[in-house]
Amino acid sequence: MKSTPIARCRPPIWGGMMLELKAINAGYGRAQVLRDLSLRVQSGEILCLLGRNGAGKTTTMQAIMGLIPLMSGAVLLDGEDISQLPAHEVPRRGIGYIPQGRRLFNGLTVAENLEIGLMARKSGHDTLEEVLDLFPRLRERYRQRAQTLSGGEQQMLATARALCLRPKALLLDEPTEGLQPSMIEAIRQVIVKMRQTGVAILLVEQRVDAVLSVADRVAFMENGRGEAVMDAENLRRDHSIVERYVGV
Amino acid sequence: MELGPYLILASLEGAITAAVLALTAVGLSLVFGVMRVVNIAHGEFFMLGAVIAWWITGMIGGPPAVGFGVALIVAPLMVGAIAVLADMTILKRLDYDPERTIVATIGLLYIIQQLTLMSYGPDAHPVTAPFNTRLAIPWVAHGEGGWTLIWPWGLGTTSYKLAVIGAAVVVLLGVWLMMARTKIGLLMRATQQDRDMALAFGIPVERIYALVFGMGAALAALAAVLIVPIQQAHYLMGGDPLLLSFIVVIIGGLGSLPGTVVAAVLIGLSDGIISVFFSPTLAKILATLLVALVLIFRPQGLFGARGR
Repeated sequence: MKSTPIARCRPPIWGGMMLELKAINAGYGRAQVLRDLSLRVQSGEILCLLGRNGAGKTTTMQAIMGLIPLMSGAVLLDGEDISQLPAHEVPRRGIGYIPQGRRLFNGLTVAENLEIGLMARKSGHDTLEEVLDLFPRLRERYRQRAQTLSGGEQQMLATARALCLRPKALLLDEPTEGLQPSMIEAIRQVIVKMRQTGVAILLVEQRVDAVLSVADRVAFMENGRGEAVMDAENLRRDHSIVERYVGV
Repeated sequence: MELGPYLILASLEGAITAAVLALTAVGLSLVFGVMRVVNIAHGEFFMLGAVIAWWITGMIGGPPAVGFGVALIVAPLMVGAIAVLADMTILKRLDYDPERTIVATIGLLYIIQQLTLMSYGPDAHPVTAPFNTRLAIPWVAHGEGGWTLIWPWGLGTTSYKLAVIGAAVVVLLGVWLMMARTKIGLLMRATQQDRDMALAFGIPVERIYALVFGMGAALAALAAVLIVPIQQAHYLMGGDPLLLSFIVVIIGGLGSLPGTVVAAVLIGLSDGIISVFFSPTLAKILATLLVALVLIFRPQGLFGARGR
């Protein structure tokens, strides 16, 4: 296999807000999944995690949210160590989570799902209006139970619920899985809009094309370890590196 | 006189059983629904409510209504506080693991029961009802001269028994309003749906669990305070409510509050009627048989959702 020069990742330009993982080790019970994983996501940047199934992408997000305990290492948000906090304090610091498979509160209505998002950081009514403006469809479905929505609408709701926190950092785990193209485009536009407002975005996505069209940088993962991190620009020009990490 | 009046009387007795059972079972159902904890000690929280009510009314003295009124508020609060303590010191440390919490609550059952035996003693004690007017039930019979009203006809009920039914309805409505309309109810329902996502959206799940466990126990205690003027307080009185609550919760659908209430009415009424006309033992046998049938033909219960 031809060796490919691995570009150095762009150094942080503006030191302000960011999400940083410092050599975290984590797993389920005694089964360790993440090994010395380090990442940093700047505000106003989309960092995409790429890797094969079982590389530890979803586990990374659960570790950030405090849903699984760290064995060692730290997660910093704006320099504050949030890995020592109880799990329910992590979102209150400003991290919005859009989990794989959406994980909505299914028996609750659209309004109630959003209200839970609003309560987390005591966001006001103006936040709700802004979020509903991003997803007008949810306004039409406002009193319906979440489980009665279509797949695309459910993804909109999962995204809207996370945005109700007015997050500083947003974690998206395969947000376009199983959606039709028009929905994928709608979600993509919202992600890009969030980047413009200065949110740090960590995106897990299987479809490489979708990644390359929005990501600023791409971090590869293999067997729970962080591998190369590079500018998406380079990958768009040279696909071979992507093949190396996620090719079958 | 024919069967009719006795049927009315039996239904009334059944309605009281149903009212008390609904309160107790809703407490059990709430705990199971939100926390996935099968609380074997639930009947002991019921018993504690009755014993504490006896203790409070004895301590305060004066007219029965005053002591009873205080007991009605203080006993559930005290039992709720004990349950919150048990949650924080025992269940939380077991990580709410479904199997281990069953064993832990069995232990809790014996601790509470034996402590009560040691302090309160083996005797049953009555609590005086705050009011107890005898009420005769009117009955219409078709005699020689057409329809005639027979009143009074000997058998009757008391104002207190009717008040128990009324109080249970009010409290159940209150629980429903809290779950459906308040912020804390919303947090409880979200926690019930998906614990991890509740955490990921800033809901302090451990505090919600402690609150729910306390509320469940308080509901059982409240039911016991209501029934103790009719039934007397005894350290072993928690067995029947526990069995019947489980029957009701399984028939109604695990974790479904409306199902629990409907099943409580069904089981309570049939228990009252069968007990009056046949025997209380037959009533229990039939209720347990019904559980077996429900488990075979509709495992999710009458109102439960399939496959969660």
